[in-house]
Amino acid sequence: MSADKPLTPNRDGADPLSEIMEIQMGPSHPASHGTVKFNLRLDGETIVNCDTEIGFLHRGFEKMCEQGTWTQAIPYTDRLNYASPLINNFIFCEAVERMCSVTVPERCSYLLVILSELARIADHLTCLGMGASEMGAVSAGFYMVEARELIYNLTARVTGARVTVSYGRVGGLRHDVPGGFADDVRACIAKVEQVLGDCEKLLERNRIFIGRMAGVAVMSKEEAMAYGLTGPLLRATGVAFDVRKAEPYMLYDRFDFEVPVGSKGDNFDRFSVRFEEMRQSIRIIEQALADLPGGPVSVDDPAVVLPDKSEVYGSIEGLMNHFKLVIEGIRVPEGEIYFSGEGANGELGFYLASDGSGRPYRVRVRPPSFYAMGALSRMIEGHTVADVIAVFGMVNMIGGECDR
Amino acid sequence: MEWLIAGVKCLLVILLVLQLSALMLWVERKGAALIQNRIGANRANLLGIFPVNLGFTNTLIADPVKMFTKEDYVPDGADKFIHSLAPFLALFPAIITFAAIPFGDTIELAGRSIELRAVGIDVGILYISATVAMGVYGVVLAGWASNNRWALLGSIRGTAQMISYELAMGLAVVSCVLLYGTLDLQDMVRQQGQMLFGWLPAWGVVYQQLAFILIFTAGMAESKRVPFDIPEAESELVAGYFTEYSGGKQASFMLADFAEVVMVAGLVTTLFFGGWQIPYLSSQGLALPGMAVITVSPLLVSLLQVAAFLVKVLFFCWLQVLVRWTVPRFRYDQLMNLGWKAMMPIALLNVFVTALAILLFGEVA
Repeated sequence: MSADKPLTPNRDGADPLSEIMEIQMGPSHPASHGTVKFNLRLDGETIVNCDTEIGFLHRGFEKMCEQGTWTQAIPYTDRLNYASPLINNFIFCEAVERMCSVTVPERCSYLLVILSELARIADHLTCLGMGASEMGAVSAGFYMVEARELIYNLTARVTGARVTVSYGRVGGLRHDVPGGFADDVRACIAKVEQVLGDCEKLLERNRIFIGRMAGVAVMSKEEAMAYGLTGPLLRATGVAFDVRKAEPYMLYDRFDFEVPVGSKGDNFDRFSVRFEEMRQSIRIIEQALADLPGGPVSVDDPAVVLPDKSEVYGSIEGLMNHFKLVIEGIRVPEGEIYFSGEGANGELGFYLASDGSGRPYRVRVRPPSFYAMGALSRMIEGHTVADVIAVFGMVNMIGGECDR
Repeated sequence: MEWLIAGVKCLLVILLVLQLSALMLWVERKGAALIQNRIGANRANLLGIFPVNLGFTNTLIADPVKMFTKEDYVPDGADKFIHSLAPFLALFPAIITFAAIPFGDTIELAGRSIELRAVGIDVGILYISATVAMGVYGVVLAGWASNNRWALLGSIRGTAQMISYELAMGLAVVSCVLLYGTLDLQDMVRQQGQMLFGWLPAWGVVYQQLAFILIFTAGMAESKRVPFDIPEAESELVAGYFTEYSGGKQASFMLADFAEVVMVAGLVTTLFFGGWQIPYLSSQGLALPGMAVITVSPLLVSLLQVAAFLVKVLFFCWLQVLVRWTVPRFRYDQLMNLGWKAMMPIALLNVFVTALAILLFGEVA
């Protein structure tokens, strides 16, 4: 806003109340986590028009991937949806594995499922916690962040990092999980469940909270599908689409879980769907932990998996193998693939093209938040400024993923 | 001598309100931390002297020093005079409101009887309504003078909110006035010293539960705290009407909000929870029901009563902190609906029922 422009222009007798106020929410605004800008046109408190500007966090992820080997793209995927980096890792690796026709060992698949679901819980806790605290329920937000912290600690114990995990590898995992992993996970989810119970009382049965959420930004099934929404946003409208069920990957078809759906497609449904999904994730984790098999976590295929360090230092074949894989990269057969999995925000897809060399020819991501951001202005038009926060919180735009 | 006593009383009350408000900042931070399983403010500790950091150094020295040494920024295009005036207009009414609230009974000291309240106004409750209403000017002018659209939106919200909730508050006060038959707060407190059925303290809350809830709620709306913090709504409007304030001026707004918290606690205590009264304790001594009177020195009684008042005020301050960190915030339209469509009619009904009861049964209290 320029300083020389007065707030009250001379309207020559026109109704001062008819004036539309233009206001820019973001890119640096307390609620614009993920760096996004809403150009709002307001009639009083009501939003007449919302023009969403994204791209502030564009870092050229897809182009950067072309510069390195397939393995070197994995750390970039950490930085897509940084609230659940493990899922990005695993889906990317699975896509490359499918191109190489590699099947990971069973233990690896089980660990992928357990860690993915932990990441999903962490992501939903972040989304709902931040969403709640932006609506003033700061304490509930802190409870959820505290629970997320447990998952982060667990992730750090397994992968060595809280966020930049880079734990997945083509053909398996970087290394096996540490001892006592199963007990740690059980202790962690027990505490998470307790927090979920607390937050359900604090939020899901809170009249102010329900009043803020119910009936806001209603979307029909048809509209949601037309906008290409997936994940909790689509399921809130009542469409039971979940990539884990629709096109099972990893070992999701072995586990018994439900796909929670909403009925109205409003903000409260988006909240409850995410909330219930965390419970379902806990169910999956419990089942996976119960029959977690032993064995290796990576395939026994020198073409994709780095040899053991003792071989690298102890034999010329091992050293050469290591050298070729690190310098030239995994030779992925020529071809292309679109593979998608259920990210925390919806369908996270990778379109990969290989020219047969050790480097990706093209990497393209289908980020769920990108489509959600397309629908955002439709969702909030006609609602109030306060609803922007609530809806944006539930859309859960993650800058790294949306802007890439 | 009269002037000296009046001056000391005024100074006492101002210090009480200011110190309590400053302490509230610490209580709020530490209380929030307690609720949220955090450690909370524990950094500022004067030379590491206090083994347990009680926060006094935090709030009474470190925070004000920090606030007042920050750059006092006035944005381009802002109305400099009004921009500087607004924090004062917000803080001043919040502090002077307490003047009419009695914090103790008449005390006999060196042959003089001193009434323990800053100003002996016999229309105390009207004075409080008037000063509370003045608080809205700070909000309006701050938003208007800042030349910032977020601030303007915040001040529009604040104005509508404060004016709407004053109505419910005023009507709830009317039912109290009907109940006690006086506008004098000291009189109201004295009446609450009586016993109902010989054992139940006749505190206002026994007769006027609805009015208590209304005044407490409307009071929280006046102090613009969650769930009624929509004028500042930090996630929506950046910081609402004081977006463009920094340093000492911003501290004044914060202090004004906390002073209002203390004021609401004082008002609720006075109207509904017996003010400085301690049940069964009077200047004659301790008279538990069915037991002989135990004589207590009148001076000690007076001091105990002042302490009781403080304890009650602190309790209601804490209750407000508890509410603030438990519930989410309303939306603007929901807030207006609650004010006009729920609280107003309930307050009116309460006035009607109270008046009817007094008409039928005579003076209740």
